[in-house]
Amino acid sequence: MSNTEAKAGLETKRPMSGEPVIQVREMTAGYGSEILLRRLTFEVRRGEIFVILGGSGCGKSTLLKHLIGLNTPLAGDIVVNGRLITGHEEVLPQVLRECGVLFQGGALFGSMTLAENVALPLREYTDLPEAHIDTLVKMKLALVSLSGYENHLPSEISGGMKKRAGLARAMALNPQILFFDEPSAGLDPITSAELDQLILHLNRTLGTTMVIVTHELASIFSVADRVIMLDKRAKGIVAEGDPRHLQEHSKNPYVRRFFNREA
Amino acid sequence: MPEDPVSSPSDAAGSYHASRDTAGALVIRFLGRLAADNASSIIRELDSLLAAERPAMLIADLGELRQIDDFGVVVLVGLKKAMGTLQGRFEIQNVEAGVSEILAMHRFVSLGQEGGAGRRRSADIFSRLGARTIAALRETGYMLQFLGDTCVSSWHVIRHPRVLRLGDTLTNMQRVGVDALPIVGLISFLLGLIMAFMSAVQLQQFGANIYVASLVSLSMTRELGPIMTAIIVAGRSGSAFAAEIGSMKISEEIDALTTMGFDPHIFLVLPRLVAAVLVVPFLTLFSDLFAIAGGLLVGITMLDLTVNNYIDQTLATLDLFDVALGFFKGAVFAALIAWTGCLRGFQVEGGAVGVGRATTSAVVSSIFLIILSDSIVVVILRYWEW
Ligand SMILES: Nc1ncnc2c1ncn2[C@@H]1O[C@H](COP(=O)(O)OP(=O)(O)O)[C@@H](O)[C@H]1O
Ligand SMILES: [Mg+2]
Repeated sequence: MSNTEAKAGLETKRPMSGEPVIQVREMTAGYGSEILLRRLTFEVRRGEIFVILGGSGCGKSTLLKHLIGLNTPLAGDIVVNGRLITGHEEVLPQVLRECGVLFQGGALFGSMTLAENVALPLREYTDLPEAHIDTLVKMKLALVSLSGYENHLPSEISGGMKKRAGLARAMALNPQILFFDEPSAGLDPITSAELDQLILHLNRTLGTTMVIVTHELASIFSVADRVIMLDKRAKGIVAEGDPRHLQEHSKNPYVRRFFNREA
Repeated sequence: MPEDPVSSPSDAAGSYHASRDTAGALVIRFLGRLAADNASSIIRELDSLLAAERPAMLIADLGELRQIDDFGVVVLVGLKKAMGTLQGRFEIQNVEAGVSEILAMHRFVSLGQEGGAGRRRSADIFSRLGARTIAALRETGYMLQFLGDTCVSSWHVIRHPRVLRLGDTLTNMQRVGVDALPIVGLISFLLGLIMAFMSAVQLQQFGANIYVASLVSLSMTRELGPIMTAIIVAGRSGSAFAAEIGSMKISEEIDALTTMGFDPHIFLVLPRLVAAVLVVPFLTLFSDLFAIAGGLLVGITMLDLTVNNYIDQTLATLDLFDVALGFFKGAVFAALIAWTGCLRGFQVEGGAVGVGRATTSAVVSSIFLIILSDSIVVVILRYWEW
């Protein structure tokens, strides 16, 4: 008896099915009376690595916070994993259990060790015995190359390590969707490339859908299946598609300049 | 080959099948998926199975496993560890490439061998005592250094008053003094009221109603006014100083100040210290006035005193020295509060927890210092018989 299915899943690059997991429809977002994004429509498909990019201050983090229900849009709908979250706060806890979020600075709880940070969702949402949780936490931390730092406090490790520990915590429950806010900002190129490898690996082995906000061109080209590019003046999407295609063929000169890193 | 009856339909998509092989080893065939959603129930079932069977050898047959994730790996690690404690052997068989990749990724071979979970080491009593002593010495050293820095920078500001950041000082004067007026007034008024009321009950028996005025004015002006004001200021502003400076410390703002060539002491400590020392004495006078007003209210409503009577008696009781003493205490307490608040802020380490600790400790230590220094003043005055 062989496991052809699992094999197929592991060897073809992505278990992508094309079914949308996140749908944003005509969403308008902003703070107070200031509108940042107007009538935004796009979708993220199951199993893909979806990158949101754009200049600083154009509302990428804001968009991410809307997708995970931390902020409410001024208008429009957001559907995550088949459930409408706008106007239905009651579905949020369930939706969020299927999501993991890596915040810009890691957002580790300062009073807990790294192991306790990662164990927190495991203790809360699974009924694994304590010894197994310990093993799992070690594995999760090893996956982000933090073996041996289980008992360190967040204040005792560097920024890049905090980010990786934050990723381990976000992945604790093997969520279906992982959100990243600037995962490689502030990391050295090697660590950043390792993080990209890890993202690809998780996407490949677990079929996790990834939504990533990033500026890092190298990282975009190595991980992204599809990107959307936001613009501050247009208050919306100025480009959408495969980054390699956009680099060559975008009609918008600003988009070509961005991907070719020209001034 | 006796088939073991236990075959669990733990999950629609994944389960296992347990049996004994000819050699007597317990064989567990995993079917379908072994992942986050069914791992914990399988762990519990297998735990009780192992406890019942106590096999000398356990074989995990992964031939029909379609999907595994790290939760599934944990199930296998759990089996391996359990066999370790049973002193039996553990083996996995028929590992397909996909599964083996995941096992390799998690370094399955080395997992579960390090034994007990690595908790934070708790040292024996001597090491702890030693560590505490060293920490206490270090903290004392830091306090002395901080005190020295404060003196040096104060001296610097006295010689070059223009380096004092006037804007910050004025803002702090407003926050420490003006913003505290309502609460200081209210609390002092009520305190005066309570004191007059409580003493009236006793003094009325001797027809000594008028001495309520003396009691309230003297005790408030010399002791309670300064202390109450200082405690309120410690709670409002000492804590705020510690929290502000502590947050700046953990977000590296203080390092930024230093690298830009500012002296953090002159930039942060002195404006707060000067502001507090300038306004708290006046806040104390304000507190005295409101307490006397509270006493006055009780005096005229319950003790048949007139306003004139009460005020005359108050003026006769107090001399300038009493008022000046309260004023002076206010300044001393203010310096202690501001200094302690800033010190605790600078001592912050770690994250949000550190800031919280610093805030608490700023209030507790300044209240302690207030009471301590007040006792010292009382003893000195007693000695000189004032
Ligand atoms: N909580 C907030 N309240 C008001 N304005 C905000 C808030 N957060 C962000 N903004 C503004 O929204 C804009 C976009 O912010 P953000 O989404 O963080 O941008 P970025 O694309 O760099 O992540 C910025 O101009 C910022 O000033
Ligand atoms: Mg951002």
